[in-house]
Amino acid sequence: MSHRNFIWICLLPLVVVTAAFFLLPMAQLLAVGAGGSRGVSAYLAIITEPRYRATLINTVVLAAATTVATLVIATIAGLFLQRHRFPGRAVLIAMLTFPLAFPGVVVGFLIILLAGRQGLIGAITAAVTGEKVVFAYSIFGLFLGYLYFSIPRVILTVMAAVQKLDIGLEEAARSLGASPWAVQRDVVLPALGPAFVASGAIAFATAMGAFGTAFTLATNIDVLPMLIYTEFTLAANFAISAALSIGLGVIAWAILALARSMSGGAVAAAG
Amino acid sequence: MSGIAGHGAAVHIENCGKTFPDGTQALAPASLDIVSGETLVLLGPSGCGKTTMLRIIAGLETPDAGGRVLFDKTDMTAVPIEQRHVGMVFQSYALFPNMTVAENIGYGLKIRGVDKAARAARVAEMVALTNIGGLENRRIDQLSGGQRQRVALARAVAVRPRVLLLDEPLTALDASLRDRLRSELNSLLRSLGITAIYVTHDQAEAMELGDRIVVMRKGAIAQIGTPREIYFAPQNRFVAEFVGAANIVEGPVASGRLTLPGGWLALNDAADNAAAVAMIRPETIGIVAEADAFLRGTVESVAFIGDRQRLVVTGAANKPLTVDAPNTINVRAGERVGLSVTPQAVRVLPKED
Repeated sequence: MSHRNFIWICLLPLVVVTAAFFLLPMAQLLAVGAGGSRGVSAYLAIITEPRYRATLINTVVLAAATTVATLVIATIAGLFLQRHRFPGRAVLIAMLTFPLAFPGVVVGFLIILLAGRQGLIGAITAAVTGEKVVFAYSIFGLFLGYLYFSIPRVILTVMAAVQKLDIGLEEAARSLGASPWAVQRDVVLPALGPAFVASGAIAFATAMGAFGTAFTLATNIDVLPMLIYTEFTLAANFAISAALSIGLGVIAWAILALARSMSGGAVAAAG
Repeated sequence: MSGIAGHGAAVHIENCGKTFPDGTQALAPASLDIVSGETLVLLGPSGCGKTTMLRIIAGLETPDAGGRVLFDKTDMTAVPIEQRHVGMVFQSYALFPNMTVAENIGYGLKIRGVDKAARAARVAEMVALTNIGGLENRRIDQLSGGQRQRVALARAVAVRPRVLLLDEPLTALDASLRDRLRSELNSLLRSLGITAIYVTHDQAEAMELGDRIVVMRKGAIAQIGTPREIYFAPQNRFVAEFVGAANIVEGPVASGRLTLPGGWLALNDAADNAAAVAMIRPETIGIVAEADAFLRGTVESVAFIGDRQRLVVTGAANKPLTVDAPNTINVRAGERVGLSVTPQAVRVLPKED
C-alpha cells in the first residue's frame, strides 16, 4: 500500500461522516427551503417579510449587544485576573468559567431564579419599593443569559492574549510619558485586537443561534432560533423554517469568516 | 551637543534596596552617583540585581523604605515613570506593533503634545541619527533585529530624556551584529553627551561602553571603577574572574615574594601573608627560556586562536595557569618553560571567606 493510499484510507471515516451527517442534510435543507409555495424566494423572505425581518434585526441587535457587553466586561476582568495574584484567584477563575459546563436550559433556569416571578431580584425590589421587578421572560433576560455564557469564553481568550503581551510594551509607553489610560488606548487594546475579534465572533455566533436559553425563558421572545422552532413545530411551515435556518447559518458563518480574515490580518500586523 | 539630546541629569541613588513581597532581597541597599553625561554600566551575572537597580532608577520599581532616587538633586522617588522623563531601551525592543517606525519614534512626542510639524522634524532627525532612513513607514514586523533596536533607541532618545536607560539592548542580537551595533551605540552615546545607564551581563560590552562600570553580585555592588580599574585592579576574586580571564594563584607571601610550587613571583609592596590569593591576567605572563625565569612550569597544551595562542602551563602554580602568548613563538606541549611576570601584573586580592 502506498503512503498516499494509506492517508486516503485514514480519511475515509471523516469523508463518510461528513457526507452522511453534514453534506446530505444540508443539501436536503436547501432543497426543502426552495420546495415550498414561495419557491426559491423563500430564501429572501427573511429580508422581505416584515415579521421575519424584524426578528432578524432583533436577533442581530441582541447578539451584537451581547458581544459588546461581553467584550467590555471580560476584557477588564481578564486583564485584572491575568495581571494580579491574590488569594482565591484560582477559585474565582474556576467560578467564572463554570458556565461553560452548563447547557442553555440551565442558564435560562438560573435567569428565572434571579429575575423571574419568584426570583431574587423580584423579592428584593418588592421588599424595598413595593413593586416587583421581573425581566427574566423578556429579551433583557435573554441578554443576561447570553452574557452569562459568553463571558467565560471571552475571558479565557483575553487572559491568554494578555499573558502573551510583552509587559515591556506598557513600560516603554509609560517611560515615554503615556498615562495609564493612554497606555491602554495606544498599546494594550490594539495588541489585544485579534483576541477581541476571535472571541467576539464566537460570542456573536453563539448568541445568534442559542436556543435552549430562549426556549426556557419564554416561547414568545422574538429571536431567529425561536422563530424557526415555531414555524417548524407549530405552523409546520417546513420550507420557511428551512430557509430561515439557512439564513441564520449563513449570517453566523459570514460573521465568523469576516472575523477570521480580520484577525488573521491583525495577527500578521502584530508580528 | 545638548541641542540634539537635551540635558543629561546627574543621578544620585541613596540607600536603594529592593525586597520583594515574598521576602527575597533582589538588591541590598546601595548608593551610587552618576555624573551628568556619563555612561555607567551595571555589569553582573543574571540575578545580581542590576536590572532591579535600573528599574528603580526608571521608576518601574519602588525602592524599600529609606531609599531615594534624585535627578539633579530633585527627589524623584515618589515620581511615577511617566513623569520622570527617562528614555528606556529594552532587550525585547518593546516596539509598538500597531504603529509604523515613524509613529513609534514620534509616540513620546505625541503623548507630550508636540505638534505635528515639530514631531516630524524630530523623527527625521532621529532617523538620520540612528541610520534607519527609508524604513519610516515600515511595520515593525518588517524589520530585522538590528533595525528594531535602532528604532527603539531612536524612540527613547527622541523625547530628549534626562536619563537614558538601556536594559541589555544588544543581547537578543547575533554576535557580529552585536559587535557592530555596540561600537555605533558607543559613538552615539559619546556624541549625545547623554546620561546613560546600561545594564549588561557581557563584559566586553561593559568595557567598550562604560565610562565607569559597576560590577554587581548577588544583589550587592562588588566594585565600582573605570574599565581599566576593574580589569587591572579588581578588588575581589569575583570581579577578577567575572571580568576577563584570570589566573587565581595561592601561596605564602614573605618579604615581597609570592612563593608558588614552580618558583616565586616578585610583588609590589605586599604585606607578609601565610596564605595569599593573587590574580594574574593570562596576557601579562611572558614565555621565556626556563633558565631565565624564577617561575617554571610544563606546557600542557597549546591552542592556536589566530591573534594569539593560549597555553596551559602546569606545575608553576597550585592550579594550571592560562597564558596568552604571542602567535609567533614556538612552543609545544610537554616543553618546560620559564614564566616572566612583572610585579605590577600580580594583583594580591583581599582574603575572602
